[in-house]
Formats: sequence, structure tokens, C-alpha cells
Amino acid sequence: MDMAHLIKMANEIGGYFEAMPDRAEAVNAIGAHLKSFWEPRMRRQIIDYAEHDGGELKEIVRDAVLALRAVKSS
Amino acid sequence: MLAINDKDLGTPARDSATQVTLEIDGRSVTVPQGTSILRAAALADVAIPRLCATESLEPFGSCRVCLVQIEGRNGCPASCTTAVEAGIKVTTDSAALAKLRRGIVELYMSDHPLDPFECKAGGKCELHEVARAVGLEQVRYNDGRNHLTLASDDSNPYFSFDPTRCILCSRCVRACDDIQGTFALTIDGRGFDSLMSPGQHQRYIDSECVSCGACVQACPTDALMEKTLLEKGRAERAIVTTCGYCGVGCSFKAELKGADVVRMVPNKDGYPNHGHSCVKGRFAWGYATHPDRVKRPMVRKRISDPWREVSWQEAIDYAASELRRVQKKYGRSSIGGITSSRCTNEEAYLVQKLVRAAFGNNNVDTCARVCHSPTGYGLKNAFGTPAGTQDFDSVMAADVIFVIGANPTEGHPVFASIMKRRLRQGARLIVADPRAIELVRMPHIEADYFLQLAPGTNVALFNAMAHVVVTEGLADEAFVAERCDARELKIWREFISSARNSPEAAEKISGVPAEKIRAAARLFAKGPNSAIYYGLGVTEHSQGSTAVLAMANLAMITGNIGRPGVGVNPLRGQNNVQGSNDVGSFPHELTGYRHVSDPKLRADFESVWHVKLDPEPGLRIPNMFDAALDKSFMGLYVEGEDIAQSDPNSQHVAAALEAMEIVIVQDIFMNETAKYAHVFLPGSSFLEKDGTFTNAERRISRVRKVMPPLAGKEDWEVTCELSRALGYPMDYSHPSEIMDEIARLTPTFAGVSYEKLDRLGSVQWPCNDAAPGGTQVMHAGEFVRGKGRFMLTEYVATDERTSSRFPLILTTGRILTQYNVGTQTRRTKNVTWHPEDRLEINPHDAEQRGVRDGAWVEMSSRAGAIVLRAQITERVQPGVVYTTFHHPETGANVVTTENSDWATNCPEYKVTAVQVLPTTRRPERLPADRMLQAAPVAE
Repeated sequence: MDMAHLIKMANEIGGYFEAMPDRAEAVNAIGAHLKSFWEPRMRRQIIDYAEHDGGELKEIVRDAVLALRAVKSS
Repeated sequence: MLAINDKDLGTPARDSATQVTLEIDGRSVTVPQGTSILRAAALADVAIPRLCATESLEPFGSCRVCLVQIEGRNGCPASCTTAVEAGIKVTTDSAALAKLRRGIVELYMSDHPLDPFECKAGGKCELHEVARAVGLEQVRYNDGRNHLTLASDDSNPYFSFDPTRCILCSRCVRACDDIQGTFALTIDGRGFDSLMSPGQHQRYIDSECVSCGACVQACPTDALMEKTLLEKGRAERAIVTTCGYCGVGCSFKAELKGADVVRMVPNKDGYPNHGHSCVKGRFAWGYATHPDRVKRPMVRKRISDPWREVSWQEAIDYAASELRRVQKKYGRSSIGGITSSRCTNEEAYLVQKLVRAAFGNNNVDTCARVCHSPTGYGLKNAFGTPAGTQDFDSVMAADVIFVIGANPTEGHPVFASIMKRRLRQGARLIVADPRAIELVRMPHIEADYFLQLAPGTNVALFNAMAHVVVTEGLADEAFVAERCDARELKIWREFISSARNSPEAAEKISGVPAEKIRAAARLFAKGPNSAIYYGLGVTEHSQGSTAVLAMANLAMITGNIGRPGVGVNPLRGQNNVQGSNDVGSFPHELTGYRHVSDPKLRADFESVWHVKLDPEPGLRIPNMFDAALDKSFMGLYVEGEDIAQSDPNSQHVAAALEAMEIVIVQDIFMNETAKYAHVFLPGSSFLEKDGTFTNAERRISRVRKVMPPLAGKEDWEVTCELSRALGYPMDYSHPSEIMDEIARLTPTFAGVSYEKLDRLGSVQWPCNDAAPGGTQVMHAGEFVRGKGRFMLTEYVATDERTSSRFPLILTTGRILTQYNVGTQTRRTKNVTWHPEDRLEINPHDAEQRGVRDGAWVEMSSRAGAIVLRAQITERVQPGVVYTTFHHPETGANVVTTENSDWATNCPEYKVTAVQVLPTTRRPERLPADRMLQAAPVAE
């Protein structure tokens, strides 16, 4: 799937949750959102991107995506 | 004329805890205080003749036919305007009354056709019935002046007005004023010259009349009559069913002669419309038998091939074999389905079951994706359930009504008529919209505050209003302390109090003066009952979900949740948006909005469906398109949706559909999506099947089959056959069994059954042991999720920005007479009013570009360009243009982009940067040409 589109969507999700004052909570919320609403192939693709580059992702989103790696391998 | 078999009790019911007992013609009658003698008599089966009185209207007392005598009192008062009193003794029939009534009716009859068979009402003219009832045998005044040579007004496509049959009872005028709230009719002139007149001596079609049909229904004679009734004659029977248009979900009686629909009459005993209707539900049903209906299944190997009509068996077998072939080639997750908000709950349930159980994945989505999915996300997170909090009647208890991003008089006209009634009673009104909608200023209604914000800035406005509430000490502290999560509230309070959420900051973003925002916020907080009503102008934004959360915050902080007159109320676009979502159409949720990842939930479904379910969420509609272009999603079953026309960035959608190897379209017409289909399965309209719809107030109502399906099968039967061909038989003999299964698997539907719906008429979910009769107002006492949750709602500007190349913002909406992409309404005489989509542009912007009113313009965006005609109006502010999307020839979604809501991917239809310039180009085919062909053949 179009990587630029996935990055944009992920960053927009991050754009909402990054307002939370507790960063760890925000990272968890971004990850939970991706887990709840993104179909596995989308998650796999964004995780691959975060692992190998991730430069276009907001930092908080990249952290959240990388935390999903356990899900990817399952 | 009322519906056949309807009993008219003469005046409206009164609601009073005090009961009054009186005597009518020797019978003891007990009724609520305030009831008229006329109604009390009718309830006791004592018929008092009357002409100007009817149950839907407040009494008027003009015809003087319903006179009665009251023991011990002088004179003969009109029973319609005289309320009951304890202990009075009423006589409705005596020689003196008979003489008075005969004299009055004789005068009426002197200016009316004498022979009842001359009446076009098929012997149902109330004047003739009254003449018979009072024993009038001859008329002595036939030689005087009369109105019997006046010409009829046949200008309205659906009904005619014959002034020779009018008795000037004012029922039509009062219906237009009091029920519809349009004030289009009047009694013009004095004395003998008095005539009922639309507008100012205008024909109906030229007046402000909105063709709701209230006047036609109220007329006691054959002066105002439906043309279908005149053509087909009086119906023999009536079946109660539910409208197939907007999310108000009006109850109708389909009147039939054999299997032929004569007319649709709003059900006076039905919710939520209480006997009212709009031009679509009342009159625009002729599409159901339009010649364009496809009645035979069709297949083709390639989309460039011509269609080939085949048997149902061949079409189903081919569709199933192709789906399996694609899955074998590309994987289990390479196919999916789309349910429709135009189909019944039972049909949507079956499609999602087909996808989850027979396809073996969760790639099912629904058209709510492109309209109210942010409502689902926002309200579920804030309150615990993704649905409107109130019933529609709740608006009658509202003191302040806040309408944002909705245009009820056009999109939800029957609810708008209720809202307007409340506003005329004195409720205050706040309207927030980039465009001056009708509610801003109309007869007897003017918004206290019209916040004409820039498109895409709703969140900034909501935040600023909440900021005022919190910083000026207007919060309902007792409510939030008791009902809301304290930690979330503390964090939110700090966030909302910051200067970046002040009205002054919002003014810079939205263009709405800070003082106006402050005043509106104070009014909303003051209430005491303040209610929010919103539509797609809130949800179809990159921050659609954030805006829903911000509204929930505003409602909670002001304590406006959990009782009549308050709440957060989505106005749903299509008839069954709520229902199709309820029954599991989203890719991440099973019925009742429960996530597929819950193992216990899946186990429940697996035990009933006898198949293992996928625990992962499936693809959403826009994800399906992206995956198709990526060659990982190659097959789609679409029931009742036209995604090629309704979804944004049409070229992208077309490319995705072209890339798929099997597209199955099930619809009543050959729509735009079908151009990319390999199998076409003919669908059935709402008149041709049994089932249920759930409206925007969570009301589940029965849809009843009033005529056989034109193609031979109801939609649910087709889905069952496809499933059987895929090796997963779903055996139901009637949709009631499907609802039983939904109820068995869904706690909020546990008490729903066809037997209960037939008995009660309708129920609002949750309907279970805790609420066996349903639930009118949600979150009373406690939120569904326990404590209400304040969530942070930082304003984030959309990526869609104006530039020197695209300096204007396009926003879109709908018009009263058309519905969605127009598939149905374009095939009715509703095109009389809206034969094409036009682009509204402010005079300032038009002048700068040399655009004249009615001239062709090209509107271009980053996604594409279209051609349509301009309409110069100050309804839109400078810098903003507006159009509808009802005609495929216009292709409004060619220009909309793929920007979408961050949480749900609901497209950002309401904000597109565009340029508008005069052009010599024309659309390939003019909408009007197509309409001229279509209009004459159906009602």
C-alpha cells in the first residue's frame, strides 16, 4: 500500500494523541489505535518502514509503531 | 385527505395528569384536562360533524358545524374550541343543533359540487359526509355567485389545487404554518373574494411551498389531492412501513390498490414524524418502478465486455467461483464487502456475516465510513456508545438549540419542522456554519447567534466555547463531579483554559468574532436545557472525530446530558446509517460495537455461526482502494452503494475498481460503480422487502413488503444464495429470524423482535431486560461507559490549504428535493426543483473572476476539475464556494481529495481548495437532458 499515505495517516493519529501531557501514555494510545483500527498488512508495512527508516514519521509515532513489533511477529 | 381507515379525533391530544369526567349524550366520559369536547366525544364514539377541525391541528373554530349544547349554559359553543369541564352535561344532537348545522352546511354546499360522485375524493369528501350527517337534502342558494368556474393549479408535479372545491376552512394554511412551519399559504382577499393562495397570488410551483404534503393531507375535500390518487383512484388497503430516505426514518402508510402503490401517507400514529412528511418520503417513491430498474442478473468477464443477462443461478455461481479464485490466487484477505445504509439491518448483518464467516476475514465496511464514522469514534470514547443521546421529540424540551454543520430544513426536513415549532415557542438558537443556512433567518425564526466560521475550524470554535464556560465559572460542577472521570477532567480543564483555546485565538482561526463566541457560549451554558444537533459539516473533516469529542466535552461541562431537552445528536444522512453500524458493518467491530479482538465475544459468535473468526480488524473502504492498487485486494461485493460516485477523489476510486478482478454490484439501478463490475445482481427497493431500519434516534422500525420484488428476490435472499454458493449456507426463511439472531448475539438488542415491533410500532435501543420498551434518552444517571470521559481536542489545521493556485475553499451539502447521489430522486419528478448541481459563489469572488450568474465555470482542485453552472449568492462568504453532489454528470467528487479524519478515515469532503474560472467547456452530457428523459416516466 502507498507508503506515503500510511505515513500521513500515522502522523495524523500521532497529531491527535501527542497533546496528552504524559508522553508514555500518548505512545501507548497511538499504538492501541493502530492495533484497533489498522488491518495487519497496514501495520506490517508501517512497522517495516519504522524499522528501516522511519524518517518521515513523527518521533512519537515511530516510538509507538516500533512498540507494535511484537504484534507483527505474532 | 387522511390515510384510509384513519380515525380523526378532531383536535390534538392533551397531556395532563388531571383527569376530567363529564357527560356527553348521557355517557360518562373521562379524559385529560384540556381536551376539547369534540375529541372527548370522538373518544366515546360520539361523532360530532365538523369541517375546520382535524386532529393534527390546534382548533380554529371557524366552520361552526361542531356546535353543541351544554346544560345550564346559553348558546351553542363550538366543541372544538371548548375544553371539557368536570360534571358538565353535553348534548351533541338535538333539533336546534340539527337546524343550525344544516343551515351552515347548506351555505357551504351552495358553492360546492352537489353530487358526491362529482367529487374527485372518491366519495370521501368530508363536506359531503357532513352534509349527509346533518340531513341536508337540498340547497336553496344555487343561483347565487359561486367559485365553480375557477381554474385548477396543477403546477406542482405531485398534487393539484382545485379552488372550486375549496371551502376556506384554513386547514391547509394552518398545516403549512403549524406543522411544516413554512408559512407558504394564506387566505387571500376578504368576503366572497377570499381564496386560498400559495405565496402572493402565485402558483404552487412558484411559491415558497416545499411540497411536504401537509396541506394535501389536511384538506377535507378534494380541493388538494395527490395526482396519483386522482389517476389511480382510492386505495383498498394500507401497510405501515418506514421511509427509505434520510435518517429521520418516518413512518408511512403505503396505500395500495392490488400491488400498486397509490400513495404514501405519513402515519399519524408513527414515530418520529407523528403524521408529517417531506417531499421525498411523501411523493418521491416512483423510482421503485422506474423503467431503469434492472430486473435480470448480468455478468461479464471484463468490464470492457457488454453485459450478458443470465439466470440467478449462473450469476451467483459465477460470483462465488470468482471470489474463491481470487482468494486462492491472492490470499484469504484479498476480498471484502461493503454494506449499505440504504439496506435493512438484516441485510447489513448478513453481508458482514458473509464476509466474516464465508470470506474468512474482516474486510467489511459501510458507507458510514464516509459520513458519520467520526460520530461512532467520538461518542463511543466520550460516553461509551456511538449513538445519539436523545429521541427526536426531546427537542421540544430544549431551551437552547445549537445547530452546527447541519442543514435540517434541507437534509432532515421532518425533524426540522419539529425543531422549528420549538423555536417558534421561544427556544434560543445558535447556528454555526460556513454558509447561511435557512434556519439563520426564516419566517418567525432568527438565530440569536450565527457563527459563520471558516470551513475546517469547528474544533477551534468548540474549544473556545468550552474555554468560556470553564474560565467564566459557567461549568456545571455538580454534574461533572458526579458523572465524569475526575483525572481526565483535571487534565482537560488545564488544556481548555489555556490561551490558545480562547475565543480571541479562535477568532484568528475561524473568523468568528471573539465576543460573538463568548456570547454564544454563555447562552449555551445558561440553558437550562441546551442541545447540540450536528451533521456532516462536523464529521467530514480531517478533525471530524476531534470535533465530536469537543462537542461531547461541551455537553458534559455544561451538564447537558442524560435528560430530555439536551444531548449530542447526530443527524444521520441515510435511513439506516445507525442500523448498519449497529449490526457490525465496521471492519473492527461485531454487532453492538464490540471489537473483534475480544476472544469471548468471538467465541459467542463462533458458537452460533459455526466458523472460526479472524481476531484482526479488516480494511476500511479507503484502505481497500489503496490495497487494490497494491494488488493485495482484488475482489469486492458491494450491496446498495455507489462508491464510484459517492467516495472522494473519483479517479482514485475508479483506478482501484478497475484493478480488481471481481467486482459484484447489487443494486436497484445500473449505477456508476457498476461500470467497473463483473457481476450485477438486481436489488430490491424498500417497498419490496421485509426488515427493519434504525434511525438517528436509535429507533428500530419495521420495513414491510408492500409489493413483490421486481427482480424476484429480496436483497437478504441474494446474500444467502451467494453465501450458500461459497459453501457457507445461511438458512433463514424470513428476516425476523435474522433479527432474532442479532438479538441473541447483541446485548443492546436482546429485547428486540418482530413481534415486539409489531406490537409497539417501534423501539429505541438499548432494548433488553433492563429496558424492555426501549430507551428514549441515554446516559441518564450514569454514562454507558461509567464515567464520562473528557478527551483533549487540540485544534490541528487541515493539510488542505488554499494557495494562489487554489484560493477558494469548496464545501458541499445537499438540497431538500434530492437525496445523496440522486440515484433515487433523480428518477422522480423531484428534478422539477433541482435539475442540476450548481456552484454557489459570493458576489465578490464572482466579480473578481468575471463569473456571471448562471454562467458555466470550471472548478479545479489538486484532485481534478469539473464544469458546472454558477449561482451568485451571499449565502456563502467570500473565499468559500458550495455545491451539491446529486448529479453524476457534475461529478463533484472528482475534485474532492483523499484527506480524511485522523481516527476513522472519513473523507474531508467539506474542505477542498479550489479555483473557479469561467469556461467554454461543458459537461459531456447536460444533467437537464438526462432529467427530461427521466422525469415524465415516474412520480
